[in-house]
Amino acid sequence: MKMELIQPFINAADAVLSQGLQGSTKVGNLTMEEDAYRRKGVAGMVALTGDIEGRIVLDLEPQTAVRVASHYAGTELPESDSLIKETIFELANQVVGNAICALNDQGFHFRVHPPMLVTASEGEKTSEDVEALVISFETAMGTVFMNVALRHNKRRLADHAAVGAHHQ
Amino acid sequence: MEQFAPVKRSKDGQPVRYLIVDDSVFARKNLARMIETFGGQVAAEAGDGLTAISEFDRTNPDIVLMDITMPQMEGIEAAERIVQQHPSARIVMVSSVGYQENIVAALQRGARHFVQKPVKPEVLYEVIKYVMGEDGSVANAAGAGA
Repeated sequence: MKMELIQPFINAADAVLSQGLQGSTKVGNLTMEEDAYRRKGVAGMVALTGDIEGRIVLDLEPQTAVRVASHYAGTELPESDSLIKETIFELANQVVGNAICALNDQGFHFRVHPPMLVTASEGEKTSEDVEALVISFETAMGTVFMNVALRHNKRRLADHAAVGAHHQ
Repeated sequence: MEQFAPVKRSKDGQPVRYLIVDDSVFARKNLARMIETFGGQVAAEAGDGLTAISEFDRTNPDIVLMDITMPQMEGIEAAERIVQQHPSARIVMVSSVGYQENIVAALQRGARHFVQKPVKPEVLYEVIKYVMGEDGSVANAAGAGA
């Protein structure tokens, strides 16, 4: 996966988390995920379709999710509160939204789908043409994991190339 | 959360009434808290575009804060339908998907402004004042409780 596709997601997550949690965040480990995705806790997934397709998962260990959601809510939330899931969804949405603005400036076009809860403890193994990266963000409230799996939509790329050739 | 000088309706000095449209409960609560700090009042909430249209008809709010990516009917289409029925509706799109195409599409279909998520209260406050124009007035903070 090209870093120019990943970097906007890292920048967006860093900005969204540091603004929302009102503290500095540190980008931690960045690892290639070669095996199937293993959920760590409360995970929200946002799917993208368009010139680049794939999904972004924001994944927080349960206690980190409670602390983050409580911070946003301005009150202590119990672990069972549905607002915790909603908070992770909205954070995932904001990260993706901000990232694709940057990618849109580079000429990529997308459709963002509403976030979904990841309930399976283990996801499907990524395929040959999809590489998944896991980036961790160290925040004052714990570690936030972002799992990014994207691939170029070859048909759309071919369409763009054909249009480009036609205009030459 | 920071407090702002209340924005009131010029015609009657009453709080500005808002319709908040977002499929995320979290986002709606967050916006509602900001609105309180602006001295506003939440007239209604909706979780999708279709409900937004009926809630607009029911409550006739001064301002609609409208998300874009939502189930059933997306925000831009809902904004267009509301403005077709109510040309003076003041709709502010509030979305994390803030690239130029979306912004232009929203404005062409009748939205008055666009605020990108995560929403900064000071940015939204300025947009509210701008969108209300002469129909809104900033009350003296000292008299906020009056």
